[in-house]
Amino acid sequence: MGAPPPGWETVIGLETHVQLRTLSKMFCGCSAAFGGAPNTHVCPVCLGLPGALPAPNGEAMKLAVRAALALGCSVHPKSVFARKNYFYPDLPKGYQISQHDQPLATSGSLSFLSSERGAVTATIVRLHIEEDAGKSIHDRFAKATAVDLNRSGVPLIEIVGGPDLRSPAEARAYLLTLKQLLEYIGISDCDMEKGSLRVDANVSVRREGDTVLGTRSEVKNINSFAHVEKALAVERDRQIALLESGGTVTQQTMLYDAKDNTVRSQRSKEESHDYRFFPEPDLPPLVLTPEFVAEQQSQLPELPAAKRERFVAQYALSRDHAAVLTASRVVAEYYENVVRAGAEPQAAANWVMTEGLADAKDHQDQLRVPPAGLAQLIALVKGGTLSHQAAKRVFGEIAAKGGDPRTIAEGLGLVQVADTSVVAAWVTDVLGAHAPEVGRYKNGETKLMAFFVGQVMRASKGKADPKLAQRVLEEKLTS
Amino acid sequence: MSDGKAVADHLIKAKRLNALLTPPKELRKSLQAQAAAARPTGVLYGMPVAVKDNICTLEFTTTCGSRILEGYRSPYEATVVAKLKAAGALIAGKTNCDEFAMGSSTEHSAYGRVFHPLDKARVPGGSSGGSAALVGAGAVPAALGSDTGGSVRQPASFCGVVGIKPTYGRVSRYGLVAFGSSLDQIGVFGRSVHDAARVLSVISGRDPRDATCEDRDSLRLPTVPESLQGFVIGLPREYFPPELDPAVRRACDRAVRLMKELGAAVREVSLPHTPYAVPAYYVIAPAEASSNLARFDGVRYGPRFDGAADLRGLYRSTRGQGFGPEVRRRILVGTYVLSSGYYDAYYRRAQQMRALIAQDFRNVFDRGVDLLFTPTTPTPAFKAGEKLADPVAMYVSDIFTVTANLAGLPAISVPIGRAKGLPIGGQLIGQAFLEDEMLEAAYAVERVVPATDEA
Repeated sequence: MGAPPPGWETVIGLETHVQLRTLSKMFCGCSAAFGGAPNTHVCPVCLGLPGALPAPNGEAMKLAVRAALALGCSVHPKSVFARKNYFYPDLPKGYQISQHDQPLATSGSLSFLSSERGAVTATIVRLHIEEDAGKSIHDRFAKATAVDLNRSGVPLIEIVGGPDLRSPAEARAYLLTLKQLLEYIGISDCDMEKGSLRVDANVSVRREGDTVLGTRSEVKNINSFAHVEKALAVERDRQIALLESGGTVTQQTMLYDAKDNTVRSQRSKEESHDYRFFPEPDLPPLVLTPEFVAEQQSQLPELPAAKRERFVAQYALSRDHAAVLTASRVVAEYYENVVRAGAEPQAAANWVMTEGLADAKDHQDQLRVPPAGLAQLIALVKGGTLSHQAAKRVFGEIAAKGGDPRTIAEGLGLVQVADTSVVAAWVTDVLGAHAPEVGRYKNGETKLMAFFVGQVMRASKGKADPKLAQRVLEEKLTS
Repeated sequence: MSDGKAVADHLIKAKRLNALLTPPKELRKSLQAQAAAARPTGVLYGMPVAVKDNICTLEFTTTCGSRILEGYRSPYEATVVAKLKAAGALIAGKTNCDEFAMGSSTEHSAYGRVFHPLDKARVPGGSSGGSAALVGAGAVPAALGSDTGGSVRQPASFCGVVGIKPTYGRVSRYGLVAFGSSLDQIGVFGRSVHDAARVLSVISGRDPRDATCEDRDSLRLPTVPESLQGFVIGLPREYFPPELDPAVRRACDRAVRLMKELGAAVREVSLPHTPYAVPAYYVIAPAEASSNLARFDGVRYGPRFDGAADLRGLYRSTRGQGFGPEVRRRILVGTYVLSSGYYDAYYRRAQQMRALIAQDFRNVFDRGVDLLFTPTTPTPAFKAGEKLADPVAMYVSDIFTVTANLAGLPAISVPIGRAKGLPIGGQLIGQAFLEDEMLEAAYAVERVVPATDEA
């Protein structure tokens, strides 16, 4: 991907569509679940049959308001549904119910960490509610397009970000931060592969120092997080090359093709829409009482940024560690439960970030060792009962089979021997077998201590308490 | 009472009107089955109610008088139809109408025009002309229509029957194929105020499937009043222009005199924005229609007028051949007034006019007027073909009825006399959700005004 040629600045704003996590669709009782045999989650309303009318889903309104609040938006006491009119076979009514000049919420922000500029606060211009269209399938039947309306009427919010991002990498960071926030508040599963999070990007470039925005294009068809940066870099480079060769950028829609990492212009015929927005006469304006909005505010959990700061302050963790531990609500909650079960915060952080997350990664994101078990394990290490190496084995055992850490450690014969007389016997054996090294040590080569400890651990098959072994070694070697 | 075959035979006798779209055989079969299944405890037990063909029924096809829905069977039924059936009523076939309820004469139907029950050279009014003609001919005691700009009251007036347009939000629109969603209400035709009111009472009330339907109990029927003592009735001067048909004026004058004799206080009032009503209506209704009718694209239901090479061709041939000229005209107008660059000049301006028209009514009602009385139409039934060539002349026949739709108010047309044998209707416009008051006054008018006498 790389950086743009010197002297150019990239300006990006993202429009993100997020599917709300409701059981039923936006305006009817059909299931909003992903998948299902084509055209099985449908009824007169989402099929757009003559005479059918929309009846709003209260749960979708709640989730949309929570998203707006989490993004610091002003939630308007009155917003208006509008019809966006266009013809397409997967749009059964010939219009999409959306919001236009009076959206649910405006003027929010999202702070994220840019690798280039540090902490950046991007504006959220607006957030509105709309219904999804169905899905056209062009490659299933020869010379025919199939239409699946299971998705028709599924509730979405559209989050329009301002032109505040300065690189494809920032766009990615913004999007990941947005995803994290929305997952935290539980309003969406934000799965790009299932289409529950979709992003369109407005991209323009300008000479460094210019204050006027360049002509933008809209990049669509970015279907995974991995493609966000690539697609935007390709479009950025296309625009810069165009301008450097004396051309001009035209406002148009570009489709990204992940297979060959290129963008191509969507035929202008398809995008020359006049959507003829007008207020949806089938739905009264959406009027939200202050009580309703306050209730949604009270349903918000601690948000990622606040949690991260609290972890730094409360557990004396580094910012990086706090960021890793608060990346998802599940991990953060798990970490805090380990600490609550008595583990020392930094040790708990180390264990969760290494063994915990590694194990989860291999097992469908399941944190398999119960917090209390991990806390006990950490205590066994701290108390000298288990070596760190031995504890890792015990961790693996608990993860796989469950059980009590001490019992498992004993069963595996991993409990460290802290009996001085037993350790002294191993020390005597080791010193006897390594007379030359003993001589060198006594001549001042004290760094050999590590070697001796290692030998004792080896002789004890890992069971010796290394601290005790060192103490006994020091005594014997200096006497 | 509940003899399905007798009901069907009676209806089929009115076949000459071309008012019913349901084939006789199907009608007979269905009515017999419905009669056998009807609940004897229902308040409308055994009452045949014909239903305008833009209201979805499980029993018959729902074509909206259009080729584009030829043969279409709805997989669900409208809330009003379910309520009628639950009350024991029989769905007595589907009635012919102007295509998608767009028209004032029932000449704009793909299935042929409807004949006036008293004079076959004349129109029954529209768009619910089939329902009005059947009730006017005595083929059914009541029928459902839809009223977007007068489509129940105007044909009721022409056919000499009672027609009610309820307050917007009084009756669920779920299952009514939308024309102008912010104006549409399902209305009722009856031989008498009581027949119409009984049916209205049954179909009214809340419906969670229609977000614009008010959360209210169903309408309670008022009793027939002894007098009109205490009623203040306003006569809006804009509804009695100099060019008003003299017979219509005479009939109105007589009705007003008789209402006074019953104790009503009558006052002349003004609704100054009335001249803007028809223009505002013919912007808002087509705008909504252009969007509402977008779903008829030949993709999912209805005939597909094929032979098209691509998607645009499919839309063009299906919509071009499926819709008749009046529907196409309104879709074009509606698309135009919503287009970027024209929205403010037309649609937004029309909405401002609409707000002013509604305010006119509030001003009058706030000054102590209970009800307004007006002619329902400027003339009695006109001749078939008379206004077909001039859409604006046709639109002007709605001049006294569109305001109630724009303001969302309830209104009723009651027969108040005849002109050379042709019925004349008088309109009472009530306050929002005060249908009971309006019906009381209508009962009184019906009782004292000689409806079939020459004016």
